[in-house]
Amino acid sequence: MTVHPIVAALRRHKVAVLLIVLQIALTLAIVANAIFIIGQRIERMDRPTGADENGLIWILQGWPAAPAGDDAATIEQLDALQRTDLATLRSLPDVQDVAASTSIPLLSGYTTGDITLNADQKGLSVHAAYYYGDQHLRPTLGLQLIAGRDFDAGEIRHGRAHADSPVIIVSKPVADALFPNGDALGQTVYQDDGKPSTIVGIVERLQTPRRSESTWAFNSVLEPFRDDESWSGYVVRARPGRVQAAMREVRQALFAVNPMRLMPGPLGGIHAFTEMRARAYRSDRGMALLMSVICVILLSVTAAGIVGLTSFWVGQRTRQIGVRRALGARRIDIRRYFQIENLLIAGGGVVAGALFAFGLNAWLMTHYEMTRLPVCYVGIGVLAMLALGQAAVLVPARRASNVPPVVATRSV
Amino acid sequence: MFGYYLELAVRSLRRSPGLTALMILSIGFGVAASMTTYSVFRGLSGDPIPWKSSRLFMPQIDSWGPGDRFHDEPPDALDYADAMALMRQHRATRQSAIYPIGPSLMPTNTGRNRGPVELDGYAVYSEFFPMLDVPFHYGNGWSVDDDVSQLPVAVISDKLNQQVFGGGNSVGKTIDIDNHDYRIVGVMRDWNLQPRFFDIEGGYYSVDGPDVFLSFRHSVAINMINAGWDGCRKGASDPQGDFVGLQNSDCVWIAYMAELDDVAAVQRYRQYLDDYASEQQKAGRFRWAPNNRLRDVPAFLDHEHIVPSDTKVSLLVAQGLLIVCLVNTVGLLLAKFLRRSGEIAVRRALGASRKAIYAQFLTEAGVIGVGGGVLGLLFTVMGVFSVDQVLPASYAVLARIDPSLLLLTLLLAVTATLVAGVYPTYRASRVQPAWQLKAS
Repeated sequence: MTVHPIVAALRRHKVAVLLIVLQIALTLAIVANAIFIIGQRIERMDRPTGADENGLIWILQGWPAAPAGDDAATIEQLDALQRTDLATLRSLPDVQDVAASTSIPLLSGYTTGDITLNADQKGLSVHAAYYYGDQHLRPTLGLQLIAGRDFDAGEIRHGRAHADSPVIIVSKPVADALFPNGDALGQTVYQDDGKPSTIVGIVERLQTPRRSESTWAFNSVLEPFRDDESWSGYVVRARPGRVQAAMREVRQALFAVNPMRLMPGPLGGIHAFTEMRARAYRSDRGMALLMSVICVILLSVTAAGIVGLTSFWVGQRTRQIGVRRALGARRIDIRRYFQIENLLIAGGGVVAGALFAFGLNAWLMTHYEMTRLPVCYVGIGVLAMLALGQAAVLVPARRASNVPPVVATRSV
Repeated sequence: MFGYYLELAVRSLRRSPGLTALMILSIGFGVAASMTTYSVFRGLSGDPIPWKSSRLFMPQIDSWGPGDRFHDEPPDALDYADAMALMRQHRATRQSAIYPIGPSLMPTNTGRNRGPVELDGYAVYSEFFPMLDVPFHYGNGWSVDDDVSQLPVAVISDKLNQQVFGGGNSVGKTIDIDNHDYRIVGVMRDWNLQPRFFDIEGGYYSVDGPDVFLSFRHSVAINMINAGWDGCRKGASDPQGDFVGLQNSDCVWIAYMAELDDVAAVQRYRQYLDDYASEQQKAGRFRWAPNNRLRDVPAFLDHEHIVPSDTKVSLLVAQGLLIVCLVNTVGLLLAKFLRRSGEIAVRRALGASRKAIYAQFLTEAGVIGVGGGVLGLLFTVMGVFSVDQVLPASYAVLARIDPSLLLLTLLLAVTATLVAGVYPTYRASRVQPAWQLKAS
């Protein structure tokens, strides 16, 4: 079948054809960008933190009546409170391991700094988040040590935290950024105060506590330092399958040791890590959900629009279809006619739509935090729109092919 | 005539129920998606204090210099030295330096709370309360004298009053916060301005209002630490828990608000800020020319980009959906109207003017619009009720259904459908009666 008669017929419905082309184009532009957003969010939600997340519990608590911690004596008092808590937690039956830590991935509360290769802090510098904790932090989090060693008990200092530890463990991205040749272990780097630190260990992966997107999402440093403040954070590894029981024990035990505690707000208190993950990514999940709903509505509306308009054309051309049938066209020819017609229209739509999609993406990039739309999303969108068009046209096309030849002989 | 057109419209719509349902659904979905996302946007971008926001200003002073400017902007907050200088010189009608505090309410033998409770509060000056029209159940804010003498006075929320004292007039009673006794001078009514513009980089949105306000000078004197954000220059070390260190640093952490009642006063204040910065330059503290800002509350919130970009993108995508639904409706209406060319021709031949055809078909479009609007209302209500499934609670509570939202939904549906109906109606009115009648 040649395309010529189809194009000639479409010319008679210029506006209607333009409308449907526009609709398909807009649908493709929005759907491609929406699916891109969904994909990004799902990717972000799925990425592992590097910790063994199941069985991990985070505790953040404060001592409201605690000493101020602005002199050596009160710092010792605060440290004693913290060591008592750690010993208490370690003695619980459902607790496998416990560590002091100022933060945990996805918490959103964090401190950061820049690590450099020179004492004057000029030249190459890598931005990273600091986890201040004791020698148990690496094993309790379940981080994979790929080179070097853990801290030993003698290396743990305490007081008011500053990034000036003589030894540190870094995550692989930090090591690779500072030492691209892969010889980071044992090297000396400089932290915020210009003090030298030796890299004694490298862990495969450790996400920062920051939730929102950043270029340094996996640049983390473990500092062997127990931070003495009026609040403290603990990471607990529960025995397998005993997370809920361990959380109950932890609460009871901590309040039994000292009832004057604060466990406020969404960040404080005792939380299973799985629950923290769900909360941290709640808005990403919401955005993905909303975009999905919008995509479904869009595709349905456009599919229904194609059905509606094609049905109308079939109704309008019943007589012509009858004539063609009477002149020897087979049912399949009639069906093909409408299918090819739809392919032409949808083809025009997706060409315009692909341009719109990149245009919309470029606009979103200049106004909001959005990255470049990969071509594959548009490609998938194009195929989806063509398939949608063919599926939508099937019912009216079949109805058209069922028009009997005798219609040609009837007057209207 | 309108009644007759209405009857014609309903009859015509009934003849093709599938197509009619499609158009109504399409308008309904498009409008509901737009209005649901709009309700979230409206909630998050609202003016927290519309009756006064244009008279409240947040001065920004460039204490960091050109090396630390982002898009040529000075830092968003003030450091301690500048905030104190501005308070001392006292050039606005009213003013207050503000910083967030998170002290603990301590349990008492008589009180209802057994363990300590963290409070959400701010350290402010006495003029904060009249400046922001804070409403009181009992008592009032404290006096300027109380500021100066650094007295332990507190203004508490209604909720905290219920929690500690079981309600009632608690003015004059004492409350134990961080093991200090505070005299309550005022109990606020429910007060929760959102976005909370005086908490820079903090949680701009919160389900509950602040629990407590304490005197700024007293809080600094007893070392009640800043519980909010602080920003430091690149390379400068952040004093973090060291509150005295924070006061001596050039890190910024204090929100500053000034009430300026007319254009002349704003102009004078601007000049004053520049003079202040020049003075600092002469004194050698700043080594650059003044680069200050004086934004009122709406401009400041806009500058801070407080509405999450997700909210804006959602609104945009939903509006795109509405446009697609409208294009869809135009196509379907065109098909539907032109199918009735015969009927139009007969009416025209019998003397109906083009105007009458316009009226008839726009009425039909209007009926679809009303149908879509009603459906859109239903979907919008469902949508707004389910935003808490996809948004954090502090955002979701701000998406509210009110008469203006419902009216806007209906209006949007009808207007949009009428606009969609214009071209199809124009085409219908152009039907040539003679030609059409002959053809059939």
